[in-house]
Amino acid sequence: MRAAFLIIGIVLIICGVVQGEPDEIMRKAVTVCLECIGIG
Amino acid sequence: MLKLIKTRLFAQTVFFFLQNPFIKNFFTGEIYRGSAKRVCTPGLNCYSCPAAAMSCPIGAAQLFFAGAKHSISLFVTGILLTAGMVFGRFICGYVCPMGFFQDFIYKIKTPKLRLKLKIARYVKYVVLAVFVIVLPMLILHPLSGLGEAWFCKYICPMGTIFAAFPILASNEALRSLTGGLFAWKTAVALAIIGTSAVIYRFFCRVICPLGAVYSLFNGVALVRMGCDRRKCTSCNRCEKVCNICITPATQPNSPECMRCGNCVRECGGALKIESKSAYDYFSRNNERSH
Repeated sequence: MRAAFLIIGIVLIICGVVQGEPDEIMRKAVTVCLECIGIG
Repeated sequence: MLKLIKTRLFAQTVFFFLQNPFIKNFFTGEIYRGSAKRVCTPGLNCYSCPAAAMSCPIGAAQLFFAGAKHSISLFVTGILLTAGMVFGRFICGYVCPMGFFQDFIYKIKTPKLRLKLKIARYVKYVVLAVFVIVLPMLILHPLSGLGEAWFCKYICPMGTIFAAFPILASNEALRSLTGGLFAWKTAVALAIIGTSAVIYRFFCRVICPLGAVYSLFNGVALVRMGCDRRKCTSCNRCEKVCNICITPATQPNSPECMRCGNCVRECGGALKIESKSAYDYFSRNNERSH
């Protein structure tokens, strides 16, 4: 069961990368998040 | 065992600077815009922090919950699942910058309260479910159809302390836009700092949604704590030194344990932080032994 969860985790990371999620995160993360700093 | 404490402090320092290498940005108010921000750090580390090299997993998760598709991020979920299965709350004790910050705050000479927080510790699961998942998905802007990052916007002290304060200090234009929300976030951050000076790791134990995620894995993670019952003399010294106020001898893998090692230092040899080998992890024999 533990191994299955670990493998699922790695598969999810790969699926996320294939879907371009890291790029979407980067688009948000490279600008100052006004909500995070209390201006929203 | 002083070695373990020094090792932990060293690890926390190294991981803090690995996650926040651009210290000079604190003085300019600029943020790093490189490709490393594609990756989420395993700890709570605001991506708007000027020094941050990577993204915060809780901020990134909310980005997808609140986004146009209102979906769960496979990438972030995979990172949290993998990090949780391997390390559990070891990440809180050794890697998370917010945890490191609270450890410093707790060193301030104030009266200390040793509370078990038996009920309050469940609040972090509510914060995870409500502020990170449900509200960003359900409360939508009437025109754009997008949600908001409720945890980042209304609660997260990491964003206030390590992002808002340095950015606003060096940016007059942004400073002129502050209002009620900034006052609220500052009040929340100061309340958490004040409480963390009195109660050990108050934010991690009661509020942190990332702590809530990792606590679900503490009992099954690769890095874990073990108690040799043959060597345990039931002296309860481990319980007396535990800042989290659990009983490590009977609950070595409690969801609240952050593997600080105080109990291991105090123990005569029954308690130890251990890691299962890859062979153990995948072995059926290991499944039976637990």
